[in-house]
Order: sequence, then C-alpha cells, then structure tokens
Amino acid sequence: MSSHSNTVDHATHAHDNHDHSHDHHEQSFWSKYIFSTDHKMISKQFLITAIFMGVVAMMLSIFFRLQLAWPGQSFSILEYFLGKKWAPNGVLDSNMYLALVTIHGTIMVFFVLTGGLSGTFSNLLIPLQIGARDMASGFLNMLSFWFFAVSSLIMFYSMFIETGPASAGWTIYPPLSALQEAIPGSGLGMTLWLVSMTLFVAGSLLGSINYIVTVLNLRTKGMTMTRLPLTIWAFFVTAILGVLSFPVLFAAVLLLIFDRSFGTSFYLSDIFISGQAMEQTGGSPVLFQHLFWFLGHPEVYIVLLPALGITSEVISTMSRKPIFGYRAMIGSILAIGFLSFIVWGHHMFITGMNPFLGSVFVFTTLLIAIPSAVKAFNYVTTLWKGNLKLSPAMLFAIGLVSTFVTGGVTGIILADSALDINVHDTYFVVAHFHIVMGASAIFGMFCGVYHWFPRMFGRMMNNKLGYAHFWITFIAVYGVFFPMHFIGLTGVPRRYYSNEAFALFENLQSINILITVFAIIGALAQGLFIFNFFYSMYRGKKSLQNPWESNTLEWTAPVEHLHGNWPGELPTVYRWPYDYSKPGKDVDFVPQTVPLSPGEEEH
Amino acid sequence: MISLLTYAAIILGIVAIARLLKVYELSATLKGNEQEDAVSYSDNKFNARLMMVFLFAFFAFCIYLVISYKDNLLPEAASEHGVEIDSLFNFNLLIIGIVFIAVNILLFYFAYKYYSRKGLKATYFAHSTKLEMIWTVVPAVFLAVIIIYGLAVWNKITSPIDSNKAVVMELFAEQFKWTARYGGADNVLGETNYKLTADMNPLAIDTTDKNAWDDKISNGEFHIPVNKVVLMYFRSKDVLHSAYMPHFRAQMNCVPGMRTEFHFTPTITTAEMKVKTNNPEFEYVLLCNKICGATHWNMQMKIVVDTEDDYKKWLAEQKTFKEKSMAQTAIENKVAINH
Repeated sequence: MSSHSNTVDHATHAHDNHDHSHDHHEQSFWSKYIFSTDHKMISKQFLITAIFMGVVAMMLSIFFRLQLAWPGQSFSILEYFLGKKWAPNGVLDSNMYLALVTIHGTIMVFFVLTGGLSGTFSNLLIPLQIGARDMASGFLNMLSFWFFAVSSLIMFYSMFIETGPASAGWTIYPPLSALQEAIPGSGLGMTLWLVSMTLFVAGSLLGSINYIVTVLNLRTKGMTMTRLPLTIWAFFVTAILGVLSFPVLFAAVLLLIFDRSFGTSFYLSDIFISGQAMEQTGGSPVLFQHLFWFLGHPEVYIVLLPALGITSEVISTMSRKPIFGYRAMIGSILAIGFLSFIVWGHHMFITGMNPFLGSVFVFTTLLIAIPSAVKAFNYVTTLWKGNLKLSPAMLFAIGLVSTFVTGGVTGIILADSALDINVHDTYFVVAHFHIVMGASAIFGMFCGVYHWFPRMFGRMMNNKLGYAHFWITFIAVYGVFFPMHFIGLTGVPRRYYSNEAFALFENLQSINILITVFAIIGALAQGLFIFNFFYSMYRGKKSLQNPWESNTLEWTAPVEHLHGNWPGELPTVYRWPYDYSKPGKDVDFVPQTVPLSPGEEEH
Repeated sequence: MISLLTYAAIILGIVAIARLLKVYELSATLKGNEQEDAVSYSDNKFNARLMMVFLFAFFAFCIYLVISYKDNLLPEAASEHGVEIDSLFNFNLLIIGIVFIAVNILLFYFAYKYYSRKGLKATYFAHSTKLEMIWTVVPAVFLAVIIIYGLAVWNKITSPIDSNKAVVMELFAEQFKWTARYGGADNVLGETNYKLTADMNPLAIDTTDKNAWDDKISNGEFHIPVNKVVLMYFRSKDVLHSAYMPHFRAQMNCVPGMRTEFHFTPTITTAEMKVKTNNPEFEYVLLCNKICGATHWNMQMKIVVDTEDDYKKWLAEQKTFKEKSMAQTAIENKVAINH
C-alpha cells in the first residue's frame, strides 16, 4: 500500500509543477467552454445536454399521453409540434405514436439516464472525491462528450425526417426494425437511430475506460478503496458494466445494419412481406434479443447504480450519520453488478426460448433482490435516529428509496416466469420499470444536481422552488405510474395506440385521463427546476465553501473554476468519508483530510 | 399573432418570477431570517410534516385505486394452469405487499420523526453485523420459497404433452390479423414453407403434404373445446407478434422462421363466462402483444370456448384446406375461362 501511495504522490507532484505554468495564461472561449478537457466543464456540458434531451423526451411523452387519455381527439398542440403529416387535424397518427414511444424511451434510457447521469456525476465527482487533478485522460474525456453530443444531435435530427424516426420500440427488435415495408420508421429513421447509438456507444466506452483508470490509479495519498465514498464505488462499477456490455450492443447493432443493408440473415428468416418472399433464411430474431438484453439488463443498473451512489452519499451527509453498513453497501453494488450479467433472459421467457433456460434466469434474477433489499434496509436504517436536514437533494434521495422499493417489489412478480406469461409486455411492466428505474434514476439525478450545484457553479439553488419541484414531481410520479399496475392487470398491452378496439378495456378511460393529468402536472413542474437551475447559475445566493458540512474531498477544493482542482498540493486522506456525529467530536462532521486524533479508531 | 402574444406572456412571466424571487431573497436577508444552516428549521419542519401527509395520501390513493378498479381487472382464470398462476400471483402479492407497506411506512415515518431541530443529535451507528445478517437471510429465505413455488408452476405449465391427446392447432400471425388452423381429421398440421405464400395459400401450406389436406382454417374467430388440452403452435409471416390470451393467462411470441408452442386447458365455456361476469356481451379474445406496426393496437381475434359437442359441430362446418383450395381453383378457372 505505502509504495503505491508514494507513486501517486510522486505523480501528483510532477503534475503540480506542470500545472502551475498553466495557471496564468488565459483560455480562449473555445478551449474553456466548448472543447474543454477539464472534467468540471465536461460534466456541465453533459448535464446541460441531458437537460435538453430530457425536456424533449418528456414532451414526447405528453404528446402520446394526450392520445391515450382522449383517443382520436384533436389537439392543436400536436399539430403545432408534429405537423400536418403526423398529426392531421391535430389527431396523432398511429405510426407517429409508435415513433414517439420509441424515441421517448431511447432518449430517456440512453441520453438522459446513462449519458446524462453517469456523464455528469462521474465526471464531476470522480476526480474531486478521490483527490485527483483531472481524469486520467482529459482528451479522451473531451472526445467522450463530443461523441455523446453528436449522437444526441443525430437522434434529435432523426425526428424531423420525412419518413419519421425509428418506431420499432426502444428495444428495436427485428424484423420490425429491419423492414421498411413493415413500418415507415424502419427506413432512414432507423438508420439514423443505429448511427446515433453507435456513436453513443463509442462515447460511453471512452468515458467508462477513463473513469475506471482514474479511480484505480489517481487516488490521492491515503485514499484506499475502502475509504472511497459510495458515489465513487457506484460510478466505478457502473463504468465496468458499461465497458463489458456496451460493446455487445454495438455488435447487435452492427449485425442489424448488415441485415438491413447488405442482405445478411443474422436476424431475418422466412419472411414474406409486401407480396415478396425474402431471400434471407436461417437467422433468428431471438438472437437479437439475446444480444440486446445482454446489454439491456446491465444497462438498467448502469442507470440505477449512479443514482444509488449519489443518494447514499446525500442521505448520509444530510442525516448527519454514517451510511449504515458501508461495506455491505459496497458488497451489494458488486453483487448487483455481477448478477446483472446473468439475468438477461428474464426479458425473454415467452419468446420461444427453452423453458429450462427460463428457469435458470428466474433463479439468478430473484437473487438480485437480496442485495437490493440490503441496500433499501441500509438506507432506512441510516435515517433512523438521524438529524435530518431536509434539503431538496435529501427529499429526492428519500423519494428514490420509496420508488426503488415500490418499483422493485413488482420486479419479483415479473421475474417469476410463470407470472410473466400473463403480465409480459403489459402496462404492469411499464409501471414497474418506470418506477424502479425511471423515477429512481431521475430522482438520483435531481438529488445530485441540487446537492452539487454549489460545487459546480459556486451558488446555491433556491430551496423553496426545490421543495415545490420535489413534491409535485413525487406526487406526479406515483400518480402516473401507480395506476398503470391496474391497467396492466386488466391485460392492456403496452405500445397500444388506443384501447378502444377491445370491449375488455372499455372502463379504463377515466384511469387513463387521471394518468395524463398527473403527467401534465409533473411535466409543468419541471419548469420550476429548469428555471431554478438557470436562474441560480447566475443569480443564486453565493455558496459557502462547504455548504452541507460534508466530509468528502470535493468541498475542500476552491469554488472558482481552477484547472487542476486544488492550488498547491493535493489533499491527503486519513479516514473514511462517513464520520458524521462521531462521538467525542465538537462538530458533527470530520472531513477526510483531518488526521485521526490520538487513540481514535477509524470506524 | 396569438402565438406571439403567448410567447411574450411566457417570457414576461419568467422574468416576473425571477424578480419576485430576488425581492424575496433580499427581504429575507434584510429581516435576518437567513439561517446559518443550509436548511432552515421551518423548512425542515414543514417538509417533515409533508412526509407524513404524503404517506397517508399515498396509501389512501392505493386503496382508492383498488376499490375503484378491482372490478375491471381480468376475471377469474379460464384455464387449468391459469388458476395456479393466479394463486401464485396472490401469494407473491401478499409478500411484496407487506414489504412495500412496511418499508414505505418506516421510510416516511423516520423522515418525519428525525427532522433536524435544536438539541437533536444523530446517533453514530455505522454498522451491525446482526442486523445486516437478518436482512440478508430473511429476504433470502422468502425468495427461496418464491423461487421454488414459482418454478414448480412454471415446470408444470411448460412440460411437454402428448399431442395425440390434445387438440392440435396453429395460430398464424401477420400484420395485422390472425388466422387459426386445425390439424383436421388426423389431428396433424401439414408442413409449410414460407416461399409458397400466395393469395390462394396465405398460410404457405405445403400442398404436397397429405397431412395438410384435411387441415381446417378459420378467420375472424376460432373455437376450442372446454376441458381438453389445446396444443397451439405459432408462426409469423412477417415480424414478431405475440399471441396473448389474457383470460387463459396464456401468451407466446410468434417468431418468423421459427415455430413456437404453448398448451393449456380451457375450463370455462364462453356461455358460462357470460353468466359469471354478468356480461352477456362477454367474449374471450386473442390480441397481439408485441409491437408490430401501425395497427398493432387492433390485431385481434375472437375465441369461443365450446362444449365438446358444440366444438365438434362447429369444426365439422368448416371446410378442409383441400375443399377450400379446390373451390378457389374452380372459381379462378371460371374467371380465367370467362376472360
């Protein structure tokens, strides 16, 4: 250990000298704000791009919710945004409905909750919390953002082409995604989707490799792995999941491109469409599903783990208590990370996959409930006998625990293959994953933004607006997604343009209106956040050095934008990050940089 | 013009809020209300109370939903395995319901009870092996029960059956309709080859296969007998579809290039179900549950569960594939001659 930290120390000293010469010359606008290699600036770039994409995806969801609540009715807002072709006389076109659902899902899962969440907070916090000058490679980090930005642009642009964007669902199962004859969105729209996702994967890999290397090699003196804040553990494992699973999505996408453009038959077989028998035979659409979900399931945890890491940190800090079961939390993160690779088949129980294989996936999937339960109970125990400062960030963290549990338990039903037969692809699934993954992850993201805003911009966000934002959002999330369980148990399939074709669903209109009303309220409430965000960036109250009286290293670095994070030497770490309300101390926090007093035990 | 005014109103609104906020912040500073703490005592107290309000409102909302929508949920399962699925579901629901209620109560109650105020000090409680063991082992035990029970049901549902004792049939999916085919007198479905698809032969049946000649094809609706195993095979012509029959708790994907299967025993006839649900219009239905294109939402077929006699009678009325093809050929020949 000591030899290791010596080398780190050495390296940083070398970096120090190098850095001082840089301090004084002015950066141009381009190198400071656009092609920045500074991790703090890159994190802001990720955040703002993600906010933009988030607003777009949220608007799309409102568009299709209008159709679901009031099917066939005319809305001028639809015609205004979608044009005469996709919303003739203000009535949503059924192909466009599928396109909206597809792009909403794609943007939310990949661009907001993967790129936005990991990109923002891994970039901001990894160097600052481990005591590093910057990422291992600032240049790769910059490339990572620009791949992300270009892929966002392509995805955004794909909504404006004549044949419409990809519309085969965010899981883009072939043959629907491969055949333009089957749905117009599978033409140019799908090509752009595939190009965009290829760039996205490249960007994600560059970022993830950087995060892994940085966490392993650039920790400051004394920052052992078991003194890392849980945020860093979560980002670290997330990055490993990304590196192992995203290339598989890339492979899946590449083979799909081959099938679409070069006449191969990886996924296509025995298809008769538009009066023609296609040449391709011997492939299997089920192969695509295996490849897709080999990424797709770890992806769920790529989305969730950073949120869980962020909230662990915030709940501990704002409860003024150490996180309960620090090592169990690390163990859970590792266990979830490992298990996430051997559960993908639970998305495929009824695809014609061998039922015995299904049994294996039932077993592994339900195992994941154990580390998840440990995490939930540890959160609750951390609150117990705390001294809770209910900041907006803390409220979102508490909200996350609630949605994580509420959405998590229904996963047990879906993981049970026998039960999945009847609820597969119904609104029950939509309810489940929006609560456990969508709401939890976005709450984690809001939590992070409110908590680290002072670290990003040197100013505080307005608490009152934050409270209003939280409560309306929280109520709206449950108001939208909880009733969907009931719709699912009525047997309503997801991705239905209208429920009017079935007598079975005729009493569901009022519940669909209820959902849409909550969705609109929830969407409007995000205006509070966006206003608060941009207003506080320029006009917010100036923040103190350490506004939340937190122990971690990022609050020891000066607020002003400084390349290299700390002037002079890097801080040295003497203890774990969770010494809150430690007995025998005058104040209720002891930063990691404070040496142990004589006779003090670490923890 | 109106849209211009709308934009102007929105922009002015935002500016107004910004100004108000600034005034509010300044006045708070002047009054000396500003706390040293990042979160003021009154904010803490207010949000803590809201936690409890939310907890009650949330549970009230859940109860409201259960009461007002329980009659809309699927009626009792109309198949043998469906009944078992429903009891497994209820068993799981009981366990997860308890966890859901208990954890949410503890979470919001603690968030309320321990809000920061003068004199309150947090307890330094970093870990407890005993507690952590409890909440690793207890969930593990419950999950073991769930897994064992669940897999027992699953294995029963998916274990192969003797096709001689079953009604053998096929559901053929295409954008955006279903076609049913029965094995006919020999109860064996004829071979198919997708390249044979034609207007006259939409199911791509191999006409040289003798087993196919007595196959019976039905559009619009299909019948199955009560209390007899139905072995269904599934094919797709174009993209993925999923044959979902919610009343029977039955579902299987239809995959181009691959034949999938599912079997179940219906236990309640359509006529009986009309009485049970007190709905004379009640019908069983087959719907598509895998995104398949523009009219995915209306790809359906009526299912009728008959008594054995009624089923035989209905089936006898259906023409065989051979009869149908010959009739079709006759018509086409006629058309050709007339031209």
